[in-house]
Amino acid sequence: MLILEKLVIGHEGFELRADLSIAPGARVAVIGPSGAGKSTLLDAIAGFLPPKSGRVIFQGRDLGPLAPGERPVSMLFQDNNLFPHLSAAQNVALGLRPNLRLSKAEWQAVEACLDHVGLAGFGARKPGALSGGQRSRVALARVLLRDRPLMLLDEPFSALGPALKAEMLALVRELAVETGATLLMVTHDPGDAVMIGDQTVLVAEGQVHAPVETGELFSDPPEALRAYLG
Amino acid sequence: MKYPIIAAGALLATSALAETPVLTVYTYDSFISDWGPGPQVEKAFEERCGCDVKFVGAGDGASLLGRLRLEGVRTEADVVLGLDTNLTALAAETGLFALHDRNELSFDMPVEWEDPMFLPYDWGYFAFVYDKAKLPEPPTSFEALAAAPDDLKIVIEDPRSSTPGLGLLLWVKAAYGDRAPEIWEGLAPHVLTVTKGWSEAYGMFLEGEADMVLSYTTSPAYHLIAEQDDSKAAAPFDEGHYMQIEVGGAIASSDELELAKEFLDFMVSDDFQSIIPTTNWMYPARTPAGGLPEGFETLIAPEKALIYAAGEAAKIRQEALEEWRAALSQ
Amino acid sequence: MARRAQPVSSVIWAGVAVAALVLALTLGTLAAVFWRAETLSALGPADWAAVRFTAMQALLSAALSVALAVPVARALARRRFPGRGLLITLLGAPFILPVIVAVLGLLAVFGRSGLVSDALVWAGFDPLNIYGLTGVVLAHVFFNLPLATRLILQGWLSIPAERFRLAASLGFAPGDIARVLERPMLRAVLPGAFVVIFVICTTSFAVALTLGGGPRATTVELAIYQAFRFEFDLSRAALLSTVQFAMSAVAAGLALWVAVPAMTGAGLDRLVERWDARGAALRAQDALWLLAVALFLLTPLGMVVLGGLRGLADLPVSVLQAALRSVLVSLGSALLMLCLALPMALAVVRLGHGLASNLLEGVGALAIAASSLVIGTGLFILIFPIADPQALALPVTALVNAVMSLPFALRALIPALRDIEGAYGRLADSLDMRGWVRVRLLLLPRLRRPLGFALGLAAALSMGDLGVIALFADPQEATLPLQLYRLMSAYRMEQAAGAALLLLGLSLGLFWLFDRGGRLRADT
Repeated sequence: MLILEKLVIGHEGFELRADLSIAPGARVAVIGPSGAGKSTLLDAIAGFLPPKSGRVIFQGRDLGPLAPGERPVSMLFQDNNLFPHLSAAQNVALGLRPNLRLSKAEWQAVEACLDHVGLAGFGARKPGALSGGQRSRVALARVLLRDRPLMLLDEPFSALGPALKAEMLALVRELAVETGATLLMVTHDPGDAVMIGDQTVLVAEGQVHAPVETGELFSDPPEALRAYLG
Repeated sequence: MKYPIIAAGALLATSALAETPVLTVYTYDSFISDWGPGPQVEKAFEERCGCDVKFVGAGDGASLLGRLRLEGVRTEADVVLGLDTNLTALAAETGLFALHDRNELSFDMPVEWEDPMFLPYDWGYFAFVYDKAKLPEPPTSFEALAAAPDDLKIVIEDPRSSTPGLGLLLWVKAAYGDRAPEIWEGLAPHVLTVTKGWSEAYGMFLEGEADMVLSYTTSPAYHLIAEQDDSKAAAPFDEGHYMQIEVGGAIASSDELELAKEFLDFMVSDDFQSIIPTTNWMYPARTPAGGLPEGFETLIAPEKALIYAAGEAAKIRQEALEEWRAALSQ
Repeated sequence: MARRAQPVSSVIWAGVAVAALVLALTLGTLAAVFWRAETLSALGPADWAAVRFTAMQALLSAALSVALAVPVARALARRRFPGRGLLITLLGAPFILPVIVAVLGLLAVFGRSGLVSDALVWAGFDPLNIYGLTGVVLAHVFFNLPLATRLILQGWLSIPAERFRLAASLGFAPGDIARVLERPMLRAVLPGAFVVIFVICTTSFAVALTLGGGPRATTVELAIYQAFRFEFDLSRAALLSTVQFAMSAVAAGLALWVAVPAMTGAGLDRLVERWDARGAALRAQDALWLLAVALFLLTPLGMVVLGGLRGLADLPVSVLQAALRSVLVSLGSALLMLCLALPMALAVVRLGHGLASNLLEGVGALAIAASSLVIGTGLFILIFPIADPQALALPVTALVNAVMSLPFALRALIPALRDIEGAYGRLADSLDMRGWVRVRLLLLPRLRRPLGFALGLAAALSMGDLGVIALFADPQEATLPLQLYRLMSAYRMEQAAGAALLLLGLSLGLFWLFDRGGRLRADT
């Protein structure tokens, strides 16, 4: 269970409030107008932004004192998800050991994860030698390898074409189901929200609304969402 | 933890050489370069003393004195070589130097030597050096130089940073006394530039930047003997030439005072003196039995030697410097 | 982006430790000289004349360097031609050249019997006479024009290509581009470049002495030298050095105000397509500027090479040994610089923008304003009671040179580090890459270009240094510049010219190797 308890996040002159909980293993789309604070919400959960007040509780544990790397979180950003000077395998391996000192068995696990996302044999390539879709797959392989119970995705596929994006979302969904992780994904596309899963959280007018069933939400959108959807 | 390690290192170093005494000689840098007298001097003295000579180089004569003053009584030096008579009064004031007790020695210099602390090892006359082909009729005095056409250019050294520069300052003062400012004003249009040290000035002269350079009467000997080039000459000046006398002295607080005095004796012996002419390119203080090297007889021999007594030079310097600065700053 | 709350990290402590070392070497040595002074003296009129001359020549030199660098940088920014990369590297040469070598090269071109004078005389005119303020400023422009060009060129290349594209689509003429895009950039970049060069020129010594033409051209550094040598007036030397710091502090205060430009080794080979500059007149103008500056900077270097060729053949073994020693010292110096610059840059970046980080960066820059004579003497005063200065000659030389090149290294590293942290900091945080792991796997690989540049600069600057070693010199361990001086003072000018050529080659070679090394296989 992920609980945002009376959370107030302030960032560059605006304030965002959240008081809600998300069931374990839920796949939640985070939707809302641009500038509403979707990314800010993820940053706060990931530990990049200390809250003004309130707590982030996951599996009964207050995440407040934990540094980003210590949280049970895997995060994908809008860009720069891979280090360009490291090979694909190294980029994945970082998810297991940040110092890249892996045992033979661990390297095999890295290979297996690359294999799983359809990149068998690409381990030695650097990001510069991979296509956009392949790069996203490497990042996902790392998420798979890290196997953290909370996955935060901040529009990592927005630069991909529709077909490729659909492919990635399917992969994400598959990984989340496989690992049983709770997934939060920021998107501005209602289609993405539908594709990714069961629930959607609306962020608008300084408020993070409690999650609702995605289908319900779009069939009867509240005022704020209606304004966004147009 | 650093200090004990360094101390231990120093201890090891001294104990390893405990059997052979070490004589530490402070001198100016060009003395100990491969082309200076240092290497030969070290070899010759080590053969006769059964000791280890350790040279420490410090810039030039003036830096040498500065370093001694910084170190004070804790100095490692046993012998200091390379001060000149413009510095000996200041050096004596430090109270670091021992009397040499060699008052009976006589020297082959144009002036008497009576200093009780320092013994001279070489000397020379300051002079303007020129190229005979390019300047067939060099000026014969400061006044003649001042009266020459403006395009006759000289390079001189800065008296604030260089020994020859200070020598020129005192040369003009010794020759002209109160008229020195007037002479400097006459010279000003001819001064192409003023350099930090002798090397820069001489280098510029050889590159053809100036017609004459302030150097020594012995400079042409280098070109003649080492390069078989007789095109360079020193211009004899009617006023006489100012002298530089380079001296050595022993440090009174030295653990090796006897050895240090032995070195001073060696310094005025033929073995040392015969090394000087073709390494330091100066006149030896005592002409060795074998005489001067062939070529030295071609050098000009000024009729009048000018020099201030040790204490006087230090007193005059400040005033002369002001006059020089005023004249050349216009 | 606010950082996660955490105790003052070891990175910041390391940065503070380096800052303490720099402070000890600059202000600490100054304090040592004050403390050792026997009397207290005041500055006389001659000293104030020196202060005035120093400020004036530095102002003129900096203004001229920056003004000339603008058209040169513009030409380099918008033209591509064969040998452009080589030209940019060679243009860096004067800055890393030992002063005496550069001055001899300059005289071979602009001296009374130099190339230009020869041509003038042949045409029936009087030879040039550059001695005096002209000569001092000429030499300083020679040294610093490349630096100014580099700084301004970076400014040009920092204008996003999209803006030029937008300008082209709006049909901007070169004048419009200058007004809308280039002038705002120059307003941001020029003051900083000016200040850096001003400070460098205030500590000048040998240039003013050789080309100054007389006591009018007395700089503060020369007055310090004189106070040390003949008067042994330590307090006056220390006072003068304080004045020098104060002048630089005023300049640096202005610099913080106007922001000193970054000095990265990266991206100079980038070329922005310029639709506005295709006209024949502009092409000719750029070509002329490039030709003029190449001639101005490279002819003296060429003369050093020509003059040294004969002497190069019969260099004595001791000079070659000294060369090897100098290479080792400068490699050590470069490595030390890295050990100092990296923690300091990391700490500055970690502290974010604000007083603490500005202060730390300011300390790192102190060394440009320091008098090497005061550093040398102060260190001697501090070290002599506890250790044999001669035994420490080479380490001290390496250390002081490392600190001297620190300001340039910081200017290259800090902006690059900020970029890296901006782009990859959160990813590294989320992967829990901290401490040495973060340095090894993220920062060092991505810093290759600026690091290569900074290492090359440190090595080259150290190669030519003569300043600090005088008091520490060990006659058996002479460095190449010292050996060069020894050759000169032993009348061996031809061999000295050979040694100068060797020194030039080694300095440039080291710089090129490091700079190149940073660019090779640098994945972007």
